[in-house]
Amino acid sequence: MKTAGNKESPVFGVAAEFSCARDLYRAAEKIRDAGFQRWDVFSPFPVRGMDEAMGMRRSLLGKIVFLSGLAGFLLAGALQFAPTTFFYPLIVGGKPTNLFTVPAFFPIMFELTILISAVTAVFGMLIMNCLPRLNHALFNWDRFKKVTEDKFFVAIESGDPKYSERSVRDLLESLGGTNITTIHGD
Amino acid sequence: MTERELHRPPLVLNKRTMGWISSYISSIVEDKTPTWWWVSMGVTVPMTLMCLACLAYLVATGVGVWGNNHPVGWAWDITNFVFWIGIGHAGTLISAILFLTRQKWRTSINRAAEAMTLFAVVCASIYPALHVGRVWMEWFLVPVPNSNGIWQNFGSPLQWDVVAVSTYFLVSVMFWYTGLIPDLATIRDRCTSKIKKLVYGVMALGWRGGNRQWRHYEKAYLILAGLSTPLVLSVHSVVSFDFAASVIPGWHATIFPPYFVAGAIFGGFAMVLTIMIPACGLYKPLRDLVTADHVDRMCKVILLMSAIIGYTYLMELFIAWYSGNPFERAAFYYRALGPYWWAYAAMILCNVVVPQLFWSKYFRTHLVWVWVIVQFPNVGMWLERFVIIATTLSRDFAPSAWGMFHPTWVDVCTFAGTFGLFATLFLIFIRFLPMICMFEVKAVLPAADPHHGEAR
Repeated sequence: MKTAGNKESPVFGVAAEFSCARDLYRAAEKIRDAGFQRWDVFSPFPVRGMDEAMGMRRSLLGKIVFLSGLAGFLLAGALQFAPTTFFYPLIVGGKPTNLFTVPAFFPIMFELTILISAVTAVFGMLIMNCLPRLNHALFNWDRFKKVTEDKFFVAIESGDPKYSERSVRDLLESLGGTNITTIHGD
Repeated sequence: MTERELHRPPLVLNKRTMGWISSYISSIVEDKTPTWWWVSMGVTVPMTLMCLACLAYLVATGVGVWGNNHPVGWAWDITNFVFWIGIGHAGTLISAILFLTRQKWRTSINRAAEAMTLFAVVCASIYPALHVGRVWMEWFLVPVPNSNGIWQNFGSPLQWDVVAVSTYFLVSVMFWYTGLIPDLATIRDRCTSKIKKLVYGVMALGWRGGNRQWRHYEKAYLILAGLSTPLVLSVHSVVSFDFAASVIPGWHATIFPPYFVAGAIFGGFAMVLTIMIPACGLYKPLRDLVTADHVDRMCKVILLMSAIIGYTYLMELFIAWYSGNPFERAAFYYRALGPYWWAYAAMILCNVVVPQLFWSKYFRTHLVWVWVIVQFPNVGMWLERFVIIATTLSRDFAPSAWGMFHPTWVDVCTFAGTFGLFATLFLIFIRFLPMICMFEVKAVLPAADPHHGEAR
């Protein structure tokens, strides 16, 4: 029974190592079918089709970014119309300063839409991923360092309703996982 | 057709493994600093300091230290600004447009090209920031309530330009950093010294590579690519509005936005090759990642853009004649045959004639030839902006107002210094950050396919 982390600390879960993307993909399909909820697969690069293999829906990020882009567009509209029409009408060549001058505002509307959307995409992604964080129980496991190089891992968390150390170990072993290890916190 | 005939050439040569990619790319960062790096820094850092000294002199004395004067009020400053910002387009083009069009060969060059974009935009932003003269009044460009009750003219192309370039810089930084996170995690997991572990660990933001993270990450990357694609096309269009929205003959043209964008891609790809070919010479195993095929494809892009630019030059001349406007005709007559004929002729030679060599596979596949040929677009694109800006202003409506432009030593030293700044930033980048996007290169290996080796 391999363990990692401080044995006094609560158990984070059980993790296993896989040697290639294909094995990881098959393991994910089996764990999904076994009905686990709180688990994840770890890979050095995004594995194509893994979302389906894990039974996950599309990321919500796209919808959030759309709304923020809309907000950026409206902000740019307000930011340009309020000064130009009300606070400080700047009359150039005798041209009006009302709603009909809107084509002149398009470039900044476009740029702010892009800017606010991009900021939301990056920071939304980080927040949804619970990042940034300085440490994680998985980092207690030395072999896990290889996840950013060329190894693949599965971790089933102890918070899962179906979790029991015995059955999870057996499952991971039957899927071909090696170095099956119980991960403790710090 | 059989399956063998449809086989594409591999993106990574010599059957390199995932482990090799991580170890080799990271070793560039981890190994002892090579001598050539110190030698190069010994040249580029003094150049950067020269640039900064010139800028300090300019702020302390006034914009008069540059050669700008009537009638050439926009000269090297705006020429250099457009030159650098144009170079800054290739990175986002490679990372965003080629990503959306699923051009997998982009994976090994996008990181360096994006870094180049950022550094080029840094060099570019010096000029509009400093040429306003009283730099301490620059906050007037930002729409904040002030005690004078003054607001910006949002209908002005110069205001659009400020917003477009700053948006471009910020989005490029975020795009670049997002792409770096998984690779910073690789270096974090490999390094042994405590300080490095801390620095790279903080920079990697705690990345674990779980699919629940990749899912949002890939979405964010896709969205950023989708946002950057219209952005990169818009930035140089907005830059061209600085000219096109004026009423100066030779500037007031609807062809300017696409013309500028094509020129930016042309000059940007030339600069990517200018930098990547020596980098692959210094780190020879990189040739398995940045292959002859990559260079070949980039040369083809340059050739296409050269053709578009050549068409634009001809179309400008045609429209000048066809418009029947005597001032428009005169502007192009003096552009091609006036006192600055040499700049126009050199521009045609560099941008239209010499790149035609890329029709031949020999010139596209021999790296030394490629490097020599892409120096012509580098020079030619600077000349193009000089021709558009300075030679147009030197011959405007009334002959009594005609005059020539004479750069001062401050003009020359500032411009030379920006090359030092660009090179210094790039050297720092290749020393401390992975210059190839490791996780994306791993993802295009055959072994990364979860159905690899299975019967179809």
